[in-house]
Amino acid sequence: MHELFKDIDQDRARSFKGRDIISPLDFEKDEILFLLDVARRFETFREPVLPGCILAALFFEPSTRTRLSFESAIQRLGGSVLGFADKGVSSVAKGETLYDTIRVVEAYCDAIVIRHPLEGSARVAAESTERPVINGGDGANQHPTQTLLDLYTIRKEKDRIDGLRIGFLGDLKYGRAVHSLVDTLCHFDVEMKLISPKTLRLPAQLREKLDSVGISFSEHEEILPAAAGLDILYTTRIQKERFPDLLDYERVKSVYQVDRTILPEVGEELTIMHPLPRVTEISPDLDDYPRAAYFRQSANGVTVRRALLALVLGGIL
Amino acid sequence: MTDHTEYRVTALRDGTVIDHLPPGMALKALEFIGHEGGNIVTVGMYLDSRKYGKKDLIKLENKELNEAEIAKIAILGPHTTLAIIRDYRVVAKVAVNIGDEIAAVATCPNPTCITNHDDLRTRFHVMNRHPLRVRCHYCERVVTEAELEVT
Repeated sequence: MHELFKDIDQDRARSFKGRDIISPLDFEKDEILFLLDVARRFETFREPVLPGCILAALFFEPSTRTRLSFESAIQRLGGSVLGFADKGVSSVAKGETLYDTIRVVEAYCDAIVIRHPLEGSARVAAESTERPVINGGDGANQHPTQTLLDLYTIRKEKDRIDGLRIGFLGDLKYGRAVHSLVDTLCHFDVEMKLISPKTLRLPAQLREKLDSVGISFSEHEEILPAAAGLDILYTTRIQKERFPDLLDYERVKSVYQVDRTILPEVGEELTIMHPLPRVTEISPDLDDYPRAAYFRQSANGVTVRRALLALVLGGIL
Repeated sequence: MTDHTEYRVTALRDGTVIDHLPPGMALKALEFIGHEGGNIVTVGMYLDSRKYGKKDLIKLENKELNEAEIAKIAILGPHTTLAIIRDYRVVAKVAVNIGDEIAAVATCPNPTCITNHDDLRTRFHVMNRHPLRVRCHYCERVVTEAELEVT
């Protein structure tokens, strides 16, 4: 046990060994805070605690940040990665079921990260193997490691999560990063402003959940004045690939463009986040705005994923 | 005074009586459980019920329901009862309750749920019994009774 982890809850750390990371619904608030605390320690912890460990990265859907940050994370921990970044090169193209793919791949690795276009795929993968499975995004459902790095970023930028006023902007209907984060924020005392075209509202089941846990939220179609007074503006890309009807996409694809002109209106505390990639929704002229946090947010992804991999593979026990 | 003939349903010798189905649900229930040719199936719809106002009822000759069939019937309503009849006597009354999970008897209405693509046993976590609201174990979509397609 490294000095840096001597005072963490050892039982809790052990409980993460071999555990799947599939959905925020699987985690209690205390566990989320524990993960964020361990991740914070990984900012300064550089030791390769997973020598010889192999991570299988099965990406059935395109990804840059998630895949590369997992690859970076396992390599920085002393392990290595194998896998594919395009389902066309896997046996799925030959009609193999996900269950069979996982049963085969489990023999090649110690842990699996999976991204797949179908919702529930990561859960199926987890139930197919004893190896820990991490969900790297399942369709429009969940993206728990993005959520953890988002929460980590919020806490690092603002020193807290409770008490914040958080705005979500853009595609709130299909964006799994938004769904996961909103779902997880139900554990915290926050206020939300949901800014989207009418056709891309947050799904009813999430709005009902916010109501049921007593989170105050309001819905808006325009950035201003909704964004005034917020602590965080979480912007998202309108995702062409999720639209069943491309005409609907064309109607809303460029509806929001956040640029420096909003700064005088929004107050000095506004931190701007984005899971990236961006298209036109955040102007590059905001990149040198001190509270434009999206590149720091992306970089935090490696720290958080190092912590997660170390925990599920027992690297800091 | 007008003469009228009262038609009575023959008492079951062996089989099952499904009683207190919500009014209008008998045909749906029959669709769920199917029926074997040759055996008498008696369906009563919108019958008067002292407890619930109206109810549906089904008598199935020579048939006892299995667990999966009972689970499907349970989805239809909260008051349904089952009586198993052998040699004209009620030998067992079976509670028709929805448990914490509904498994393998319904499909997820989400077209991009993996259960609609790979050959998988569906599972739904019951969030609310009446009205029924469940969450798909896989895609996590919250589904109402009207959206749940029983197979």
